[in-house]
Amino acid sequence: MADKPVALAQKKLMDVKLGQLPSWLGTRDFTPNGLLGSVRGGYERYYNKYINVRKGGIGGVAMFLAGYIALSYLWEYDHIKHDRWRKYH
Amino acid sequence: MLSRLVLVSGHTLKNSGSFGACLVQASRSFHQSSQSLAPVPPLPEKGGKVRHGIFPEELFTLLYPKTGVTGPYMLGTGLLLYMLSKEIYVINHETFAAASIGAVVIYGIKKFGPSVAAFADKINEDKVAKAQEVKDQAMASLTQGIEDEKKEQWRVEGRHMLFDAKRNNVAMLLETNYRERLHMVTNEVKKRLDYQVELQNLHRRMEQEHMVNWVEQSVIKSITPLQEKESIAKCIADLKVLAKATQARATV
Repeated sequence: MADKPVALAQKKLMDVKLGQLPSWLGTRDFTPNGLLGSVRGGYERYYNKYINVRKGGIGGVAMFLAGYIALSYLWEYDHIKHDRWRKYH
Repeated sequence: MLSRLVLVSGHTLKNSGSFGACLVQASRSFHQSSQSLAPVPPLPEKGGKVRHGIFPEELFTLLYPKTGVTGPYMLGTGLLLYMLSKEIYVINHETFAAASIGAVVIYGIKKFGPSVAAFADKINEDKVAKAQEVKDQAMASLTQGIEDEKKEQWRVEGRHMLFDAKRNNVAMLLETNYRERLHMVTNEVKKRLDYQVELQNLHRRMEQEHMVNWVEQSVIKSITPLQEKESIAKCIADLKVLAKATQARATV
């Protein structure tokens, strides 16, 4: 495919090919400021896509809650392990 | 529907002026970037599509070319069975609680969702209508201001007439003042001349009277006592003759 040449640093994650992934990670900004900036950017993207609209649906909040449920299950897994029904899987 | 309520409450938290949807973006980007963003683009009508409430549509479009329509569902089923069989997801009392809560929540959303959405929409509509009203009023007052300004400019063109009238007024004032002073001058001069005339008359009268008096005085002085005796004797003789004449006339 003839894409116009875009620098590796500006590409989004979905456009990066698998082989270029380590070098792409190298260009990312891992300073605390950079991390904060990326968190804020992600939050703003999510907010603008799902919540800051005229007729939002349940999706915006529900996805957030589902993500929270999944994350809290993950954090509690070491404790929930003891409720397993079988010893060998 | 819930996110509409979030939006409503978020707006009332963010700007208490409650200026509707468009200005939230504007207020956020106002403080961050220096480029001008007016007019602010309107909010998108609908958010990103989400299937079954929690799965974004992008997942389905991602898998569609390779696996068709049922791909994501097969993926979901497979994942679920894998997690259950390997007990990555453990079934315990919490599962039952989660299932009950999930059932109630889903029932509630399905039943009351649309009405809550309509309510939140109505609140938003009212806010937008109020903001629109403010904007319309501002526009009306500004156009009125433009009209008034144009009228004032038209009035300015007539200022030469105003100045002519003023010039006439001033000229009249000057004329009146001049005539008053002329009057005064004539009066004063006339008074002085009258005075002089009267003075001369007085002089002449006084001289006349003085002369008459002097003549009388000198005449009286000139009547010597001798002449006085002679005139008195002549008067007595005349009187005697007259008495004789009347006596003679009376007897006859």
